[in-house]
Amino acid sequence: MRLAGIDIGSRSIELIVLEDGQVVHSKQAESGYNPIERVKELIADISFDKIMATGYGRGIVEVAFNFPTVTEIKAYGAGATGLYPGVRSVLDIGGQDTKVISINEMGKVTKFEMNDKCAAGTGKFLEMMATTLGYQTHQIGTEAQKGEKGIEINSMCAVFAESEVTSLLAKGCKRNDVALAIHQSVCRRAVGMIRRQNISTPLMFAGGVANNSCMIELLEQSLGENIIVPEKPQFVGAYGAAVLAGLS
Amino acid sequence: MADYTQMWTELGLNLDNHNALLENLGGAYQSIFMTQENRPEGMAYFDFVMSEAHGLRIQELRDEQKAGRKIIGSFCVFVPEEIILAAGCTSVGLCAGADFAQDEVEKVLPRNTCSLIKSFFGFELGKVCPYMEASDLIVGENTCDGKKKSFEIFKEMVPNFYQMDLPQTKTPMARHMLKHEFKSFVEKLEEMTGKSIKLEDLKQGIATVNAKRQALRRLSMLRAADPAPISGLDALLINQIAFLDNPARFTEKVNILCDELEIRVKENKGAKATNAPRVVISGCPMAIPNWKLPSIIEAKGAVIVGEESCIGERGQRNLTDDSADNLDGLMDSITDRYFKIDCAVFTPNQDRINHIKEMKQQYNADGIIHYGLQFCQPYIMESFSIEKQLEKENISVLRLETDYSQEDMGQLSTRVEAFVEIIK
Repeated sequence: MRLAGIDIGSRSIELIVLEDGQVVHSKQAESGYNPIERVKELIADISFDKIMATGYGRGIVEVAFNFPTVTEIKAYGAGATGLYPGVRSVLDIGGQDTKVISINEMGKVTKFEMNDKCAAGTGKFLEMMATTLGYQTHQIGTEAQKGEKGIEINSMCAVFAESEVTSLLAKGCKRNDVALAIHQSVCRRAVGMIRRQNISTPLMFAGGVANNSCMIELLEQSLGENIIVPEKPQFVGAYGAAVLAGLS
Repeated sequence: MADYTQMWTELGLNLDNHNALLENLGGAYQSIFMTQENRPEGMAYFDFVMSEAHGLRIQELRDEQKAGRKIIGSFCVFVPEEIILAAGCTSVGLCAGADFAQDEVEKVLPRNTCSLIKSFFGFELGKVCPYMEASDLIVGENTCDGKKKSFEIFKEMVPNFYQMDLPQTKTPMARHMLKHEFKSFVEKLEEMTGKSIKLEDLKQGIATVNAKRQALRRLSMLRAADPAPISGLDALLINQIAFLDNPARFTEKVNILCDELEIRVKENKGAKATNAPRVVISGCPMAIPNWKLPSIIEAKGAVIVGEESCIGERGQRNLTDDSADNLDGLMDSITDRYFKIDCAVFTPNQDRINHIKEMKQQYNADGIIHYGLQFCQPYIMESFSIEKQLEKENISVLRLETDYSQEDMGQLSTRVEAFVEIIK
C-alpha cells in the first residue's frame, strides 16, 4: 500500500510517500502565498492509496481536498517513533514554532509544550538573523561554528534582535561571533522548554532547524548528551503523517 | 428584540458602542451556540434570556427598582446572594468576559493586567454594560491583588462602590473576619433599604439560593452520562446565566431542562457522540461572553463535562445550612458555606486539587484542561502544582494561558487538538 503524508508548515511543505514502509518519494516546496496550489503541484504526479495531512496549514487542505488531518504534535511523535523506535522525546524547531513532545514506552505522545504568542527562537528568526548578517540561511550554522563565545544577544523579539545585531556589528564585533551568540540564545530558549517538561531521553531533534549543525552542537553541550538527528529532519512530520495514514 | 433605545439612553449607555457590542455578541452567539447539533429543547429558554440579556432582563430590573428593590452588582461568588435577597434586593453578576475600549483601559491600568479586570473597566469606560449602570450598589471584593488594587481606581469611576474584604487563609481568625465582613455587608444593605433583615427573610433568601444550587447540581450530575446529554458550552451558558436571571425562575427552567436531560440519558441520547473524549475545565472563571476556549474544545470533537470554576462548581457547590433559628446562627451557616470556596487566592489551597480529582472521577473525564487567564497570578501559580499532582496519578493535563483576544486562536486550537488526540 502507498501511504502519503503531507506537512503544510508556515515556511515549507513536505510530502512523503511510503511503500511497504520504505520512503519511495519525498519532496519539499516553499509554502508561499498559495499553499493550496503548492499542495496540488506536489501531489499532481504521485499516486497513493491513503493520505494524511498535518502542520499549520492542515485545516485548509482538509477543506480544499478533504484529506484527513492530525496535529503536528501527533505527527512528529509518530514520525520520530517510526524512524527511531524507543525515542522518548522530540524537540521540533520549525518555521514559526518550537515544540517539545514527550513519548512513552509505547510510542504514544503523553505531553507537549509549544510556544504560543511569539515566534522568537524559531526557524524564521534564524532566517531573519542570517539576512541581517549577510549570510544565506543554510550557511548561518556553519559560520556560527567558526565564531567565538563571549557576546550575548538579549532580545528574543526578531525585530529588536535585528537592531541589537546591527549595533553589535557597528561596534566591531565579528559576524561569526554574533552568529554564534544568536544560536546560543535560540538554544537557551529551547533548552528551557525541554527542562520545563522534564523529558526522558533519547531525544530527537527534528524540524528544519535541525539541519543547522551549530544548533545540534550547542544543544548537545547544554543537555550534556547526544541527541538523535534524522537524515532529513524537516520530513519527520510528513513521515509521521504517512505512518498515521496507514493506521487510519 | 423590542426597541430599548430609550431605556439604554436613560441608563447612560453609549449607544454606538453598545450597538457595536450587541452586534458582535449576537454574531458570536449565533456561530458558537446556534450551530450546535442535538441541543436539548430546554435550551430555548436560555437562548431567549441571552437574546434579551440587555433588553427585557434590564427592563425587569428597572421595574423591580420602581417597586423599591435595589439592584446589587458584583464580580465574585464570595458576595452572598442569600443576604442580598434577604434584604429585599436583587443580585446580578457584572460583565467581565470581553475586551472593550482597551485603549481607554490602558490609560488607567497597566497593560499586564488580566483580561477580566480590564474587561469590567472597559465596559464601564465604554458605557456598554446595562447591569453596571443599573446597579444601585457595586460590590468589589478583595480577592487577588489585581482586583483589590484596581478597585482603588474603579471606585472613582462609579458613584456607588462598596468594597468587601476577604481572608486569604482558612484559619479560625480568617473565618471570623469573613463573618465580620458579611455582617458589615448586612448593615450596608439595611442602611440602603431602610429595613432590617429578619430571620424569615434570611431563611427565604437561603432557600431560594439553595434551590438554585441544587438545580445546578442536578444538571452537573447528568453530565456524567456518556453520551453527555448536553454540550459543555450550553452547560457553561446556563452557569453564566445563573448570575443574571431571576433566581426562582432560573431554578424552575433548569429543573425543566434536567427533566428533559434525564429522559435523554435513559434513551441514551447525547448532545455529543458516545465515547467523545471528555474534558473537565479547571481554573479561572469564564464570564459572558467568554466562550473562546470551550468552543475550541468542543469544535475539536471533545465534550466538556464539568467546570471547576467560579462560574461552575466552585461557585455553586455546597448548600447553606438553614437549620439555625436565630439570625446569628444563620450568619454562621452562611459564613461556613462561603468559607469552603477554594479560590486560588487562599493559601494553602489543597481542597481545590482534591475537588479537581473528584470531578474527574465523578464525570468520567479523560483529562483536565487548566485554563489560566494571562497575568492571573493565583491560578497560574497554582496550575504548576496541580499539573504535577494530577500527573502523579496519571491524569492528563493541558495547561493553557490565554486572554480574551483572538490572537492565539491558531496555536490554542493546535494545542487543544493535540491534547484531544492524547486523551482519545
